[in-house]
Amino acid sequence: MQDLLHQPWPWYVTGPVVGLVAVGLLAIGHKPFGVSSNLRHICAAWLPGNVAYFKYDWRRDGLWNLVFILGVVAGGFVGGVLLANPHPVAITPAAVTSLAKLGIHDFSGLVPRELFTLHMLLTPRGFVMFIGGGFLIGFGTAYAGGCTSGHGITGLADLQLPSLLTVISFFAAGAAASFFVLPLLVSR
Amino acid sequence: MTATPVQRQRPLGVYLAMGVLFGIVLTKGELVSWFRIEEALRFKGLYLYEVFASALAVAAPGFALLKRRGIALPPKAFGRGVRYVAGGAVFGLGWGTVGACPGPLFALIGAGVGVLAATVVAALAGTWTYGYLRPRLPH
Repeated sequence: MQDLLHQPWPWYVTGPVVGLVAVGLLAIGHKPFGVSSNLRHICAAWLPGNVAYFKYDWRRDGLWNLVFILGVVAGGFVGGVLLANPHPVAITPAAVTSLAKLGIHDFSGLVPRELFTLHMLLTPRGFVMFIGGGFLIGFGTAYAGGCTSGHGITGLADLQLPSLLTVISFFAAGAAASFFVLPLLVSR
Repeated sequence: MTATPVQRQRPLGVYLAMGVLFGIVLTKGELVSWFRIEEALRFKGLYLYEVFASALAVAAPGFALLKRRGIALPPKAFGRGVRYVAGGAVFGLGWGTVGACPGPLFALIGAGVGVLAATVVAALAGTWTYGYLRPRLPH
């Protein structure tokens, strides 16, 4: 039983639960599932400045979603700490080989331990990775009006053409970054 | 942007519980795993694609059923489509560089990967910059 709780979930459980969260939010609260709008809500709450994009009632439009991501942080603790998988992630041998070429050899945990450290953040490469990458995520999701959840799940499942366009674009750019940018940042 | 046709009041605890469930599925389903994301982006495994396909297989009929009952998602204006291609590309570059998208960023902080708090702050700066430049950007 203990072992069962700590095992990672297979795709055919994970995917449908993600789908249920999206449908549940719409059914229960008439809310569109999407995480990146929270970045806008936080800006609107803390530092709206004189920017029209941040001048709206964030409590009415976004409080539910901010509470939702608070739950996501708590759920991350439950799933990633309390129920953590003690074994290395079961990615394909081809993926292991590909990442080993970049100098990644520790496949335990959710992220490479040697990379995701405060020390790395203070190096030029780490700064590009964590700060540069984060900036692009925030800028791009706001520009596109959604991310992997809002466009990738909600928009696609609602058969919206803008979402299909966005998903194709971010997958292509994500692959390009993984092939061409990541090696510059992690290889030693 | 987030306005829905019908506003419905629910206790915030409902959204907290849904968020906890989503955080658990993100971590237990390894959607927050840097290794899983890179596996997918390097086309070295099907896991992430299987998750996406099965999530859509549940969400699409769910949304269609709700639409019949008059509960619909707000349609996204197509415009010239520039924002979707350009915004998607900028987001994708960041996603492939960090190896996490917004949902997983928050879940990973909960899972103890503290350095990503800096990434969230940087993402806020990115969103703020977009808001500031918005009138001058093609959409």
